[in-house]
Amino acid sequence: MATNKKPIAAGVLDWVDARFPLTSTIKGHLTEYYAPKNFNFWYFFGSLALLVLVLQIVTGIFLTMNYKPDAELAFASVEYIMRDVFGGNIIRYMHSTGASMFFVVVYLHMFRGIIYGSYRNPRELIWLFGVGIFLVLMGEAFFGYLLPWGQMSYWGAQVIVNLFSTVPFIGPDLSEWLRGDYLVSDATLNRFFAFHVIALPLVLLGLVAVHIVALHEVGSNNPDGVEIKKNKDKETGIPLDGIPFHPYYSVKDMVGVVVFLMVFFAIVFFMPEMGGYFLEANNFIPADPLKTPPHIAPVWYFTPYYSILRAVPPIGISQFPGVVAMGLSVVAFAFLPWLDKSPVKSIRYRGKLYKRWLAAFVISFVILGYLGTVPGDVWGQFGSWLGRADRATVLARICAVVYFAFFALMPWYTKKDQTKPVPERVTYK
Amino acid sequence: MSENKIDNNCLSFCQPSEVDLQKRDFLVKATAATGAVGVAAVAVPFVGSMLPSERAKAAGAPVEIDISKLKPGEKMTAEWRGQPVWIVRRTPEMLAKLAKHDDQLSDPNLEVPQQPEYCKNKDRAIKPEYAVMLGTCTHLGCSPNDNFVATAEWDGGFVCPCHGSKFDLSGRVFKGSPAPKNLLIPPHQYLTDTTLLVGEDKKAEA
Repeated sequence: MATNKKPIAAGVLDWVDARFPLTSTIKGHLTEYYAPKNFNFWYFFGSLALLVLVLQIVTGIFLTMNYKPDAELAFASVEYIMRDVFGGNIIRYMHSTGASMFFVVVYLHMFRGIIYGSYRNPRELIWLFGVGIFLVLMGEAFFGYLLPWGQMSYWGAQVIVNLFSTVPFIGPDLSEWLRGDYLVSDATLNRFFAFHVIALPLVLLGLVAVHIVALHEVGSNNPDGVEIKKNKDKETGIPLDGIPFHPYYSVKDMVGVVVFLMVFFAIVFFMPEMGGYFLEANNFIPADPLKTPPHIAPVWYFTPYYSILRAVPPIGISQFPGVVAMGLSVVAFAFLPWLDKSPVKSIRYRGKLYKRWLAAFVISFVILGYLGTVPGDVWGQFGSWLGRADRATVLARICAVVYFAFFALMPWYTKKDQTKPVPERVTYK
Repeated sequence: MSENKIDNNCLSFCQPSEVDLQKRDFLVKATAATGAVGVAAVAVPFVGSMLPSERAKAAGAPVEIDISKLKPGEKMTAEWRGQPVWIVRRTPEMLAKLAKHDDQLSDPNLEVPQQPEYCKNKDRAIKPEYAVMLGTCTHLGCSPNDNFVATAEWDGGFVCPCHGSKFDLSGRVFKGSPAPKNLLIPPHQYLTDTTLLVGEDKKAEA
């Protein structure tokens, strides 16, 4: 009798497991998911992105309780949240800081993928889902930025929606359909609210789920870019260089979470506007459809692509080429798995040629990002020999060429690159 | 008995005849096609609901503007369809300068139909003194700022704050601007000497 008796908790677990794969899911994704043992600093950002996603969803839900998606009321309702709602200012600043930190974390996460070749076979689909997440995230940021209904919200949306009106033939009708009016108005605000709080978050959650499921199917890459599944323990079938995600990496990630939250709340408490980079000064002025602020710039995470848009001159009377270039500059990342022809994955075993190209890409990305935050004529103009072109525009054009060359010439320079021999097992000190 | 029954079922499902296969293929395609038509029909109200509503369309009615208080060399802004309409009362000096920088413009001869036929003249206006135009940049729809003070290099006009597009006092775009077209002149007419109707012209009335 006594021997048959199990603890109640175990009994409940058995009951659930017979009806839902609880234990096997926990094993498959946590306690028996074997990740390479040589993860470094760069591997914090995936789990941090998940943390920021949760923060954005939770703060977003609480903001929705007081926000009013109405052109007449929106601006005042945000100020109401800031001034009169208990804790409202902290929740709102967490949400606005979270938006910027989401991009910080995601950009670092993407950079990790690039330097260690994590997009290469067999992880192409993980990378594609990731690019999808990045695109949806950009949509979230854009739709969300209209909601406070400040000057920058309004004119930023006006500019971006008008990008669609440059599409040949259907353009003007398309942008009218997107706005639901002849200009950005209450109808636009209402639908952007719908996209921001329900449509895109659902898509985002779905993409994050398949991103992780695909990752756990093929297994994580690592700083050496060698497949740990090639060297398994003959008896247990566990990769020799693998350690269970939980507890090893769950504990490691907690260190990352603590450090991240210190930085995050330092910003929330002491510098939520981040000198105009996270929240622009003009957005504290209510939207005025009849007056454009003297200097319009998107938030920092969009500025590299925005610079490319500005850098491309119109062909004839069409602005479409610039819009196409901007779109391509974002979508280009999706092609990386097929552009990279190098025999090695990780930057550790690549040659100088690749490293120089990567450095040139990072430098142009940063310069483009900076240029997107300042007016196009920030440094004055060249003389007659360049048709009085603005100096900043010329620099942006050079950087845009380098940016696209990094992708377009990748098949050539990764093949030509002098790579080093890759070890059988991961290196671990 | 029961074994027979299974076999009978299997006869039609597991070893279908050629006729059955064709029939099945046809039914699959017909069902898919009908379903697609249904999806397309359901999409109509959803896609259509995002178009400008009847109220938004009604707000696009013509507006009357009183220009009697506008002084020479000044600009006033009115609102039509929620967009800024500028009326600039140009001085003779301004008009003289406008005739002299055709070589710096993208479209000095107004080839692109950015104005009604009755404004396709050297001043881009019904009355040379008054220029009427939509104050939204043809690049990406920002509203350019006034920059009327003429210098040695600049004849006075508008500069867009977003991407630096430059326009003259007739709304014609300077070469090298990101904006591809001249500023749009909306349909308009004079009801009296000092009253302007924007959004409707005589041709539309007739």
